[in-house]
Amino acid sequence: MKRWLAGGSVLVVLALVGALASPYLISLLTIVLLFTFLGQSWNLMLGIGGQLSIGHALFVGLGAYSVALLDVKYGVSPWIGLLLGMVIAGSAGAVLAWLSFRFEVRGIYFALLTIAAAEFARIMFGGWEFVGAMQGLFFPAPTGAIDISMLRGDARFYYFIALALAALGIVGTEMISRSYFGYVWRAMRDDEQAARALGVRAFRHKILVIAISAATAAVGGGILALVQGSIFPDSIMGMGLSVDVLIGPVVGGLGTTFGPLVGSLAAIPLNHLMSALGDCLRIPGLNSIAYGVVLVLVVWFLPDGIWPAIVRLGKAVQLPSRLWLLQPRKAEE
Amino acid sequence: MTALLEVKNLSKSFGGLVAVNNVSFALEAGRITALIGPNGAGKTTCFNLVAGAMRPTSGQVVFDGHPIENAPPELVCRMGIARTFQIVRPMRDMSVLENAMVGAFSWTRSVDEARSTAYESLESVGLAGKANARTDQLTLPDRKMLETAKALSTRPRLLLLDEVMAGLRPTEAAGVVRVLRKLAEGGLTILLVEHVMRIVMEVASRVVVLHHGAKIAEGRPEEVVADPMVLESYLGAGFHA
Ligand SMILES: Nc1ncnc2c1ncn2[C@@H]1O[C@H](COP(=O)(O)OP(=O)(O)O)[C@@H](O)[C@H]1O
Ligand SMILES: [Mg+2]
Repeated sequence: MKRWLAGGSVLVVLALVGALASPYLISLLTIVLLFTFLGQSWNLMLGIGGQLSIGHALFVGLGAYSVALLDVKYGVSPWIGLLLGMVIAGSAGAVLAWLSFRFEVRGIYFALLTIAAAEFARIMFGGWEFVGAMQGLFFPAPTGAIDISMLRGDARFYYFIALALAALGIVGTEMISRSYFGYVWRAMRDDEQAARALGVRAFRHKILVIAISAATAAVGGGILALVQGSIFPDSIMGMGLSVDVLIGPVVGGLGTTFGPLVGSLAAIPLNHLMSALGDCLRIPGLNSIAYGVVLVLVVWFLPDGIWPAIVRLGKAVQLPSRLWLLQPRKAEE
Repeated sequence: MTALLEVKNLSKSFGGLVAVNNVSFALEAGRITALIGPNGAGKTTCFNLVAGAMRPTSGQVVFDGHPIENAPPELVCRMGIARTFQIVRPMRDMSVLENAMVGAFSWTRSVDEARSTAYESLESVGLAGKANARTDQLTLPDRKMLETAKALSTRPRLLLLDEVMAGLRPTEAAGVVRVLRKLAEGGLTILLVEHVMRIVMEVASRVVVLHHGAKIAEGRPEEVVADPMVLESYLGAGFHA
């Protein structure tokens, strides 16, 4: 319950910020919230389903292109584009998973396959005139008027969309965690063979969790495309984006509901700050170095991430009866 | 009497090593059978073959009339065979209760139903008081009992227990024996690997003895312990009960 109070109050503060903050802060936080959502999608797959993706840009990109193509070329509402993106990315994820697990490609080899697929798609889209090739796709210039059916509006409008998405991601993650799927997926994550011995049909559950993760990543990608106003294969489907997606949950706490939010809040502003500082001091790449340092520090000192550390702190303060946890364990056989 | 499980001429080789060699036996429904033999005799491999974790090199496993030797483990479990792992395999990042819930999801999607089943399973092995502990806070004997509880939550018709009482104090073991008896009275068929002969004599109505992968004896416990072949295989392997 305490977690919900803490996490919920962060969201309330973010809503207030959206009403009051400067345009710069709002667009920065919009990106934070979108990457919170993308982080949740990635976290569902690794943190709960136990399947590592380092090519999530594939699904993000498929969602972004679905929205952009329909909107830019045919004037079709991004709502339809988001749905189409979910179907396409979900299917791509399912097919990738099916092929991979059918041929016993698993673990780190599956992760390599996700990069390969993302890179393949990036190169393909970069050479495909219909989708704008390397020149990318540009949404019509914003008029500033809010149009919900076409998902068009000012920075504040997108901020609240991103906030809603992040909140939906938190509620959705929690609901899945507490459902049949959450238990079965976590069992499969912890020990696939043992889970199968208990009747878990791991093959289909792995495909399912990957398809769901891919479909939600596509939603984040579609909104990201709208926020940016343009998409290019190298940025929306590149390796850099795959890394950006996983920074939040890794820093914030793998498999936790609030980790991606906390991690994105910590990592993305730092990235922007360091990038600005780097420009000032004429040290290109300072942001990447800072990213690396923070990652190393977190992995070293808080290997479970920031969020579990906050939770532990809260518990240690309030529940001294838990001290029995500290008693020495009995020796093994 | 009809057999719930029939193992027919089952063999499994690992490279040149024949771990299970042409073994046949049948389990009658509602009985407790012990599978015994010195270390390396092929008992765990037998379990793996029956549970679908490994494919046999040759031979058949028939459960309730269905051949299952090529079925994957999740299907074998859903047909009604649950097994424990001799080297315990708890789900590390799940609580004791959550571990015990997983098996229930093989027959229900209701989280509440899974939870109450898990509590019952934990209760029957004496772990209900530790339901909210992490698995790494359990002692090894407790982890073995957790394996048993996980398996029970699947509501099996046949339960395969691989040395689950190892490390238990005699009073604790007696408690588990009582539980197994009760389960068997309720119609559960149990095949257990157990090294302590006193427990085998007490709980099993039949004993199958393996040695170097082959079945060397089978019968009522008191017959089997009097069998010179069995004595020799145990003494020869430096067995001490
Ligand atoms: N996966 C495996 N690969 C190779 N050899 C194995 C494997 N599993 C078991 N064995 C070998 O098979 C023999 C029987 O082992 P096991 O079935 O574990 O015996 P028990 O359970 O009776 O102690 C042993 O010699 C063991 O080393
Ligand atoms: Mg063994």
